[in-house]
Amino acid sequence: MKATPLSNCERRFLLRAIEERKRLDGRQCYDYRNIRVSFGTDYGCCVVELGKTRVLAQVSCELVPPKPNRPTEGILFFNLELSPMAAPGFEPGRQTELLVKLNRLIERCLRNSKCIDTESLCVVAGEKVWQIRLDLHLLNHDGNIIDAASIAGIVALCHFRRPDVSVQGEEVTVYTPEERDPVPLSIHHMPICVSFAFFQQGTYLLVDPSEREERVMDGVLIIAMNKHHEICTIQSSGGIMLVKDQVLRCSKITAVKVAEITELIQKALENDQKVRKEGGKFGFAESIPDQKITAFKMEGAAVDTNNVEEQAEEIITKADPPSEVFAKPILHTPGTAQIGEGIENSWEDLEESEKEDAAEEEGESEATAFECQKMETEDASTMRETNSEPIVLSDSEEEEVVILEPQELLKKTRSQTNSKQENTTKKAFNKRRKKKRPAP
Amino acid sequence: QYVPVKGDHVIGIVTAKAGDVFKLDVGGSEQASLSYLAFEGATKKNRPNVQVGDLIYGQFLVANKDMEPEMVCIDSSGRSSGMGIIGQDGFLFKVSLGLIRKLLAPKCEIIQELSQLYPFELVLGMNGRIWVKAKTVQQTLIIVNILEACEYMTAEQRKQALAKLSGN
Repeated sequence: MKATPLSNCERRFLLRAIEERKRLDGRQCYDYRNIRVSFGTDYGCCVVELGKTRVLAQVSCELVPPKPNRPTEGILFFNLELSPMAAPGFEPGRQTELLVKLNRLIERCLRNSKCIDTESLCVVAGEKVWQIRLDLHLLNHDGNIIDAASIAGIVALCHFRRPDVSVQGEEVTVYTPEERDPVPLSIHHMPICVSFAFFQQGTYLLVDPSEREERVMDGVLIIAMNKHHEICTIQSSGGIMLVKDQVLRCSKITAVKVAEITELIQKALENDQKVRKEGGKFGFAESIPDQKITAFKMEGAAVDTNNVEEQAEEIITKADPPSEVFAKPILHTPGTAQIGEGIENSWEDLEESEKEDAAEEEGESEATAFECQKMETEDASTMRETNSEPIVLSDSEEEEVVILEPQELLKKTRSQTNSKQENTTKKAFNKRRKKKRPAP
Repeated sequence: QYVPVKGDHVIGIVTAKAGDVFKLDVGGSEQASLSYLAFEGATKKNRPNVQVGDLIYGQFLVANKDMEPEMVCIDSSGRSSGMGIIGQDGFLFKVSLGLIRKLLAPKCEIIQELSQLYPFELVLGMNGRIWVKAKTVQQTLIIVNILEACEYMTAEQRKQALAKLSGN
């Protein structure tokens, strides 16, 4: 499906609102939307909601042989998918520019920053290492996918526990979660992306753009930073020209925001940890509340249910009994039958309308021919039998009727009006063309 | 998802101009077509000034599942009766179809209460789109947020919110 186009009206309004420093949802220029983090029952599964943008992250691990040029390091694999339920413009299986850009950003942010210690993922040097796979799915697109995705990614990695492994000489034992508690990944720091949207050639700046604001922005600057004020990745796209002090200002804002978000993440992780230890309920079923729409509820109306049975009987006896219908199938050929005669032919002058309708008719019987071919060969044997000799339908007012092989039906063109190709088996399906039947 | 119905008044966004016909996006599975002659007072020489991206308020002339839907901006007697190109300012946003029908009911309380706050122009399209224009950007934004929130608020909550606003 195509995405809804942005009307000029909306674009003008948004730009005007930004000039007056007003945002659609009433935020300030540097405000983030509400961030909610919820965890699933498995370790390493979480959903992050940034306003209405939702991202689901899942981490999984596997023992594989390492890359030949890095025998002592584990392997990290990141994948971001834009699900079609996120926005009408996203189609499955198509690599858009946006998807490639987001994937590259996530990789740079999480892999190149070395936030995960890959050396600790090595089990047997040169033979077996852990491959950690992070899958991110975008569930709803309301702007600023990259921020939500980076938060989801890092939270899932922090939350994930891999099975414990012990090596005794040549033997490697992988313990199940029941035998030994799974071990968390060793994470050095938490890089978080913050996006800045620019409008009017860099005059106005907004943090965390929503979907509408993203459509009208000139360009975006994305800075990934951790709470120690180290910049992990910085990317500017959209072709805007930024002045040096703007970039510095953005990085200062990023530092503040990252500190807030990191604190939020820590709290969420601790909460979840506590709930699991105490044996309370955890998982998505608990953390995502039911939302009810109650504005349109109508009060239940009282229904008078007295005397319902008697009323029902009255109605039944008063109604006329259904007319009796006799079904007498007429066998044309083995394998086909006709029930009923059809209505009498009420078309007056057939000869002129014949030729025009002939073209339509052929087109239609072509269509039915295709259908019949697809309907497989239960009737195939009967069809071949009936088509062996030409059957002439008498009493019809059209010209000679010749039945040819069904294969020829597919090859014929519409221009022929003289020889009509009919097939009684096909006509049995097509009850609308009553004038072709033998006159009753 | 909106399904076009004959006679429904909707707000469409112009996506393309193809000779004599405009293509409009109405939020359905197909784009609707609108002839340039279907405006009040339009002749071959006197064409309406419609650009790509403009908003149009019109009704469906033809809308069934077999054919491409067709819109017009005049009614059966040739008068526009409020339809046509929507002005340049103001803001367009989307709500659920149920809310639109509720707002279009006669004597809708929400609209009456809102009109007591300050004057504004409002166009409701049956495809879920609403266009609002008030004097300032701030007022427009307030109306937008109230209408979006009306989906989930009960009558009392709404009255409270409006009382707070009019108190300010």
